[in-house]
Amino acid sequence: MREAGWSRELTGTLVAAACAVGVLPMLVSTYTLTVLVIYGMLGLSLGLVWGFGGILCFGQAAFFGLGAYTYAIAAINIGESTVPMLLAVAIPAGFAALLGAMLFYGRLTDVYLGVITLVVTLILHRFMNATAGSDYVIGNARLGGFNGIPGFQTLNVPGHPASYVWGDSLYYFCAACLLLVYLLVSALLRSSFGRIAVGIRENETRAALMGYDVPARKTVMFTAGAAIAGLAGALFANWAEIVTPRLFSLGQSADIIIWCIVGGLGTRIGPVLGAAGLSYLKFLLGQQGLIHNSVVSGAILVLFVLFLPGGIAPVLANAWRSVTQRRPRRRSPRRRGPRSSLASGDA
Amino acid sequence: MPETVLETQGLTMRFGGVLAVAQVDFRLASHELRCLIGPNGAGKSTFFKCITGLLQPTEGQIFMRGRETTRWPAHQVASRGVGTKTQVPSVMDGLSVFENIWLAARRFLPPQAATRKADETITRLALGPIARGSPGRLAHGERQHVELGMVMAGDPWLVLLDEPAAGMTGGDVERLTEIVEEFTRTAAVVVVEHDMQFIRSIARIVTVFHRGAVLLEGHVDAVLADPAVRSVYLGQAA
Ligand SMILES: Nc1ncnc2c1ncn2[C@@H]1O[C@H](COP(=O)(O)OP(=O)(O)OP(=O)(O)O)[C@@H](O)[C@H]1O
Ligand SMILES: [Mg+2]
Repeated sequence: MREAGWSRELTGTLVAAACAVGVLPMLVSTYTLTVLVIYGMLGLSLGLVWGFGGILCFGQAAFFGLGAYTYAIAAINIGESTVPMLLAVAIPAGFAALLGAMLFYGRLTDVYLGVITLVVTLILHRFMNATAGSDYVIGNARLGGFNGIPGFQTLNVPGHPASYVWGDSLYYFCAACLLLVYLLVSALLRSSFGRIAVGIRENETRAALMGYDVPARKTVMFTAGAAIAGLAGALFANWAEIVTPRLFSLGQSADIIIWCIVGGLGTRIGPVLGAAGLSYLKFLLGQQGLIHNSVVSGAILVLFVLFLPGGIAPVLANAWRSVTQRRPRRRSPRRRGPRSSLASGDA
Repeated sequence: MPETVLETQGLTMRFGGVLAVAQVDFRLASHELRCLIGPNGAGKSTFFKCITGLLQPTEGQIFMRGRETTRWPAHQVASRGVGTKTQVPSVMDGLSVFENIWLAARRFLPPQAATRKADETITRLALGPIARGSPGRLAHGERQHVELGMVMAGDPWLVLLDEPAAGMTGGDVERLTEIVEEFTRTAAVVVVEHDMQFIRSIARIVTVFHRGAVLLEGHVDAVLADPAVRSVYLGQAA
């Protein structure tokens, strides 16, 4: 029965994704869509770690920036883009594994975890800003300080450094990556590992008393999230064709958190939609001078926290259910946000 | 002489100036059912937490089935087959009752077998009607049963129950008595309780804690008739 549910969900996801990927370019330019897809992936990375793993990381931007810089530096040194792409996933993941092990085996409380991830991001931001000048080089790549690193080899067909993947192709490639990551995350959450992770989110002490190694599992979850953020960073580098310290900025980290809350914490699609939607809104607002961006994101955040703490995704899911099934049928009672006490107010 | 499955030697736990557990030597035989009583703040829960690895004792040693487990982390102790019900029911509110119990079973069984085990446990504890809902909205007594289900699903050989009867009504307590008896068929059981009627109905040997130390240990009738125990309890209950 579980298998039947999975294959139905798989079909549904593929159909919905194909429609969205095909239709959206008629409404928005693929150049803009590409970055929305990338942010969607970045939102998903924190959505996994925070919404399902219960780990509130204030520094998801650190892994995003690390992925982007890794790609840029590796691409300058290597040329062909395949290995740089892999490194851009591996290095943030490795960094997260070390940092996570320190944090989780050190049994830091949630507040300290938030503070430390925040501080790590700040340090990286400061450091990258300070790397102007010829002293800061890795191989052939100058880190470039505030100006960042431009002019690296962008994504190419594996083995063919001269056949670039850009423009519309880059959009479709990013969309395919997001779909793949989404399906992998879905599979992970259906697996025992995913269900145990949610159990840990709900009650760490109980999970430990059941015999689960909480620090090890949280470290793995944290690492998985960083790998996804790293991939998003590498794709971003390819889209922007430059990486700058702004990738590590506090604003970026805050945005990711807002995407998750607005989209719906504890759902998979919520953070993706939250990221894409809010980023598009930011893009539209950027084209006028009347209201400042951050005022709008702040207002949206406050409104959601007050009036829709479960985010958009549960609302959409309910609407979808009432459209597709007229007769009342019992569905799986799972899929509830970690803040069930907050979210339980709305029907 | 039955095998000793749990032993502590000079177990001591200090919180700053508070001596919560003081030089406790404790022995439990396999399949034994032991009751632990004592007034509020006597150190019973702290004693449990030291054994399960939720707290690291200041001094002393713990042995389980001959192996020293002092300072083992909680998950390692649990993985050896120690099932714990904490004083304040510790359940996963965001998951269903079924998933709570499934997760406990999954630690020791592959997924399919864990599902069977969870179904079986739910039937045994008559949790069927609430299995699909969240334990978050249940009454205290029902939450206790959910937690007992999680302990049961792990098939432990050592069971530690901290105030399992709290919040239960008459019928529930009777069911609990049966559950505890059932545990003793496969495990050694230690029960902390304040409910004297419940203690009388299940206990054989009782250990009395007072100010972190063992005041007395003996057969239930003798212990409850003991003047020292009575004064400790009456002084408290007044
Ligand atoms: N984490 C802690 N920090 C400081 N003191 C503590 C801590 N936990 C327990 N204590 C103290 O240790 C002593 C023993 O507490 P414990 O909870 O073990 O008693 P108990 O016998 O379980 O009592 P009760 O019957 O009320 O549950 C008390 O004085 C308590 O205040
Ligand atoms: Mg207690």
